[in-house]
Amino acid sequence: MAQAATHDHHDEHHDEHHEHLNFFQRWVMSTNHKDIGTLYLVFSLLMFFIGGSFAMVIRAELFRPGMQLVQPYFFNEMTTMHALVMIFGAVMPAFVGLGNWMIPLMVGAPDMALPRMNNLSFWILPFAFALMLSTLFMPGGSMAGGWTMLPPLSLQTSALAYTVFAIHLMGISSIMGAINIIATIINMRAPGMDLLKMPVFVWSWLITAFLLIAVMPVLAGAVTMLLTDKYFGTNFFNAAGGGDPILYQHVFWFFGHPEVYIMILPGFGIISEIIPTFSRKPIFGYKAMVFAIASIAFLSFIVWAHHMFTVGLPLGAEIFFMYSTMLIAVPTGVKVFNWVATMWGGSMTFETPMLFAIAFVILFTIGGFSGLMLALVPADFQYHDTYFVVAHFHYVLVTGAIFAIMAATYYWIPKWTGHMYSEFWGKVHFWNSVVWVNVLFFPQHFLGLAGMPRRIPDYNVAFAGFNMVSSIGGFLFGASQLIFLGVIIHCVWFSKKKATDRVWEGAKGLEWTLSSPPPHHSFSVAPVIHDEELAHGHAED
Amino acid sequence: MRAGGIGKHGIRFGAAQVIGALGLGGLGLFSGIAQANPQPGQLNLTPGVTTYSHVPYMLNNVALGVCVVIGILVFGAMFIAMFRFRKSRGAVAEKWSHNTTVEIIWTVIPILILITLAWLATDGLRQFADTTGAQMTVKVTGYQWKWRYDYVDYQGKPIEHVGFMSKLDDQSNATRQLNSGLDPYAVKTDGVNTYLLNVDHPLVLPVGVKIRFVITGGDVIHSWYVPDLGWKVDAIPGVINAAWTNIEKPGVYRGQCALLCGQDHGFMPIVVKAVSQEDFAKWLAEQQKPAAAPAPAATAAAPAQATAQVAPAHATQG
Repeated sequence: MAQAATHDHHDEHHDEHHEHLNFFQRWVMSTNHKDIGTLYLVFSLLMFFIGGSFAMVIRAELFRPGMQLVQPYFFNEMTTMHALVMIFGAVMPAFVGLGNWMIPLMVGAPDMALPRMNNLSFWILPFAFALMLSTLFMPGGSMAGGWTMLPPLSLQTSALAYTVFAIHLMGISSIMGAINIIATIINMRAPGMDLLKMPVFVWSWLITAFLLIAVMPVLAGAVTMLLTDKYFGTNFFNAAGGGDPILYQHVFWFFGHPEVYIMILPGFGIISEIIPTFSRKPIFGYKAMVFAIASIAFLSFIVWAHHMFTVGLPLGAEIFFMYSTMLIAVPTGVKVFNWVATMWGGSMTFETPMLFAIAFVILFTIGGFSGLMLALVPADFQYHDTYFVVAHFHYVLVTGAIFAIMAATYYWIPKWTGHMYSEFWGKVHFWNSVVWVNVLFFPQHFLGLAGMPRRIPDYNVAFAGFNMVSSIGGFLFGASQLIFLGVIIHCVWFSKKKATDRVWEGAKGLEWTLSSPPPHHSFSVAPVIHDEELAHGHAED
Repeated sequence: MRAGGIGKHGIRFGAAQVIGALGLGGLGLFSGIAQANPQPGQLNLTPGVTTYSHVPYMLNNVALGVCVVIGILVFGAMFIAMFRFRKSRGAVAEKWSHNTTVEIIWTVIPILILITLAWLATDGLRQFADTTGAQMTVKVTGYQWKWRYDYVDYQGKPIEHVGFMSKLDDQSNATRQLNSGLDPYAVKTDGVNTYLLNVDHPLVLPVGVKIRFVITGGDVIHSWYVPDLGWKVDAIPGVINAAWTNIEKPGVYRGQCALLCGQDHGFMPIVVKAVSQEDFAKWLAEQQKPAAAPAPAATAAAPAQATAQVAPAHATQG
């Protein structure tokens, strides 16, 4: 095949390229989508452990009733920083890293469309997080009003300015990343890679990138208004000056709800790649999957006030936002049913990526169920701001987004490194994660239903039992992630087992036509596309 | 206090509740028990004690039931697929990837289920939104980190000078200090553990009366939440939210601030003491006796005084 010849050429180029690059040039000055993708993923892993350590403080203080370890204010700093680090530092950069690595390979492009901007959008992040995390060591401490930073409370925090500027930087990084992804997908596809032949993962990122561009400026605007309210005497959110604290919540959640889908849609894409591979069967209802992601993205713009059901919205608004929120269950349901239908009639094997994908489908759906319950306004009046909500969004974000990221890591790491990871330790990691994450979060449903508010450092003894169970699950889930770290380190540096180009028997798509690891510049010459090699190219539906 | 009679020792129910949770039957277990406190091992919402509180409770149970049934079907199908269509059992992958009929079915059926749930929820929401016909008004103001209650009117008559701050009780407060060495399990009121769920001055309310709450915030946003009343409403500075309740059973009902409001967010509980109308009338008369007490002075500082409901109570007689 013509491709084989170009690969050889690439490999030479690749080797020659490296001789001239020292460590600094390779990693700091990189414009290569693979290296930048790796940087994003490593950064994300670091943030995952930092954010996770904050969660360990939270669970340790909540291990039993009474205050044993930290002052309440520090506890609030931990809840706030845990959320900000996990959302902006762990989940989003992980998806950007996966997109960076895989989108050019999946659409047959040599690199991202805007490689220098790609470098900049990554290198902003370490500075943004250094700025934000440094506030933990400052007099007055970090932000402690929750990641939503609701005024007037957030205006009482001395770290507001640092945090706002850090968020501005993260927003700039995200917007540049999104522009790059859109430009790559629109312009750089190999001839014959029609939009409706693209892998679902690429589709999910294309839609996510539009969400990012739409809502990150909204967040920037909201936090800038906080900044001017605190330091420049404006009254956007100050009722005494004619402003309105609820205005902030509307603006914030107009960003915030699309944001939560930014954190799950690429996950949908990943799962839609993995399940067909290990079922050895094409994805069921390809077009329905794409349209479902698009409709979820559209609906995400008209449901924001379901985060605000208790602020005293007019009846008509509560009804509208309840109905629009419930509507999301339809496309989400279609996705879940289609994943099950993909498995049905397949020839399944259960390697670690597939195990994580299956756990994703089940546990994300449980998070979806509690989401449906939360959509019902009178029931939400009970659930709102209790541990039921905490359980809900951790099911969608940990067993949803994070499990999807882990599934993707196991799925593609042989391609990235050229080595197979240890299947045994991958499975040990999976089973530990899936057991302990449920021990961690399932009891929180009960705590919430019994009326335990979220973000409290101490509680009545009636809540003691489930909190202790949850904390034990938390410690062991946290410890299980060290196995993940070990598997990655082993795979990158110590694994002797070479990965084949195809890696997985049932894998389809352009990324598997390249060598493992792929050459430094993939597809300098656009590949000739054969529909039967694509995962979805032959989809008649 | 009547709390002792209402609050049940949940330990006795612990085992039964765990077993109940294993099946759908667990839902029925909780009906009819007036849980004045959260119970150890409590698995479901409280049915509450008001004319409205069954709405969220039933909605919760119906939605949970629907989710459990869908979950059993979907996850059941998945596990059957994982068993039947494994490569190790010699399964050969089929080629199909599309079936319009089933796709239409699994789009339409969820829509029908959602319409049913939406109808139930809308009905409940309309009940909650109707604050008309109240015979009593109480103003609730959230402060960092205590609540203020002002009695505005009762049975058509304005109430003069009945208002007070309500904060965490001293025993809980001493116990909750970092490394206090005090045992949270030792904080008891009438034999029931009330650690972090007790206040110095409870909100005393009559039963069988529709009570309208006007809720606002004095500094930052708080949220007034008593599970047994079936709702929470945010207390926002510059905004006056309305809600109502009509308590059916006398008792002591405990809740907490639900919205993060600063360092002591976890330490500003809410206690509602519901008494018979006769007892309430007596209590109210007692409160009104020492008219010289400068109790309302603190209220003057609250920013949200200018509402039609609140103003008359303070405008008349200084």
